[in-house]
Amino acid sequence: MTLRIMAIDIQKIRGQFPTLVDASRRPYVFLDTAASSLTPRPVIEAMGRFYTDFRANVHRGMYTDSLRATEAYEAARSKVAGFIGAEAEEIVFTRGATESLNVAARGLAEGLGPGDEVVITIMEHHANLIPWQQLADRSGFTLRFLPLGEDFRLDMEAARQTIGPRTKVVAFMAVSNVLGTVNPTEELIALAKAQGAATVIDVAQAAGHLPLDVTSWDCDFLALSGHKMYGPTGIGILYGKRPRLEAMEPQTFGGDMILEVTKERSTWNRIPWKFEAGTPHIAGAIGLAAAIGFVEEIGIEEVVRAEERLAAHALERLQSVPGLRLYGPAGGVRGGALSFAVDDIHPHDMADLLSKQGICVRGGHHCAMPLMRELGIVGTTRASLGIYNTEQDIEDLIQAIHEAKRIFG
Amino acid sequence: MSDDTNRHQVGSQELYRQNILDHNRHPRNKRRMEDASVTHRELNFSCGDDIELFVRTEGNRVADASFDGHGCAISQAAVSMLTEHVHGRGIDELENLTDEEMGQLLGVEVGPARRTCAMLGLEALRQALKKLREDI
Ligand SMILES: Cc1ncc(COP(=O)(O)O)c(C=O)c1O
Repeated sequence: MTLRIMAIDIQKIRGQFPTLVDASRRPYVFLDTAASSLTPRPVIEAMGRFYTDFRANVHRGMYTDSLRATEAYEAARSKVAGFIGAEAEEIVFTRGATESLNVAARGLAEGLGPGDEVVITIMEHHANLIPWQQLADRSGFTLRFLPLGEDFRLDMEAARQTIGPRTKVVAFMAVSNVLGTVNPTEELIALAKAQGAATVIDVAQAAGHLPLDVTSWDCDFLALSGHKMYGPTGIGILYGKRPRLEAMEPQTFGGDMILEVTKERSTWNRIPWKFEAGTPHIAGAIGLAAAIGFVEEIGIEEVVRAEERLAAHALERLQSVPGLRLYGPAGGVRGGALSFAVDDIHPHDMADLLSKQGICVRGGHHCAMPLMRELGIVGTTRASLGIYNTEQDIEDLIQAIHEAKRIFG
Repeated sequence: MSDDTNRHQVGSQELYRQNILDHNRHPRNKRRMEDASVTHRELNFSCGDDIELFVRTEGNRVADASFDGHGCAISQAAVSMLTEHVHGRGIDELENLTDEEMGQLLGVEVGPARRTCAMLGLEALRQALKKLREDI
């Protein structure tokens, strides 16, 4: 345990991100971490070492490189497990949160039918909505939505009303990619457990920003993506509580996921491998582990503190802009997604005008169309924060918004 | 490469030139038409752009065109300009209106990120003219 007295050195952190130090790119203000974060050198280098030093497939070779690759791949699994408070065998590598959520939903929907209910929230990313919608159509269960209450937070009174004896699954995002709302994860899990319902937590926006602990949460499934937490694209994990994974049938078949295959039938490997058919994204897993190392080196508590401070500052600055409407909690505990609209400037025009000034943000529905409909808008402009962002970034954003207002004047 | 990127970034502030902003602020022919020969609604779900185009023909010419809807400045300005452009022109000619000509009407370089916005009105026109053909 190291004692940290000083605030983290953001400039030193920024120095590890190639695009942030590349002077030829400026002006360049990256405020789109909620879509995908930048990648620091240690992650890029760890992946590079796989390709340059021990490039071989896993689980299959007797030679040194293959053994090293297998070791690095399985060590990455243990690293992820430690990061979220799980056991290594409870970590299934996937392509990302979307695949993880699909696998969990299909697995859980196996036992569901008419009369059963799956409860999600109105703020879900399409990745935690469409799988349930599709499965509800096929299996006949009912999909129910928890609405928004005050200040863009979930209506917990409605949650208590909605989660009941018919509820078999409660699936929700820990942090909203649009509103920045931090949902009351523990309370929702408690409501689900009281009804014996399974829980699926989408931590795509929480990972790398807030501490995660599946043991204290006691949730059944958890999904995350590497590329939103300083890791590579194309890798993520599905955490499943051991008995859940053991009871769940694999959905993808092929090499590595089997024990024995005859002409007539096959038997499955142990967890987690029975869910990892085919050659996995070895470099991706190694990169994800390096990204966790990067976050742990800073210290997740320090990350939380720095991002909370910057988010509070950004909120204050944004609200000083005349004609700006914020879509998300105006204060209190919240994530780093800052959604807004200015005057009647369309979010795509705003995002475009900001990009012309070197500010990277996103405009649109952010894969949350039902939420947009609920809010009565077509989209928002969203700036989102990562550990490398500074007050100067916020100032540049504010100036650029003023310039956009002037142009549209 | 990054040099080019930067030049592009600064240069394409251009996209919001005065004429586009003007058409966005004061759209031409933005009205519903009771006696349209054909109408077509074109949606871009990912942007939330929504355009309904009205075309009244006389013989094989467009006598009047108008639109209704909402969306980003580029989509709205583009369709506004288009309604002016088609006025009095032959249907045959308009059926061959290309993306490039639409770009020339706008008078600015439209990057790939905004192409669908810029072409939404043109797409509506193409679909409307197709309906007209099928009706005949
Ligand atoms: C809350 C949330 N869930 C799920 C996803 C899907 O993640 P991915 O596209 O990496 O699979 C995202 C990404 O935008 C997200 O923000």
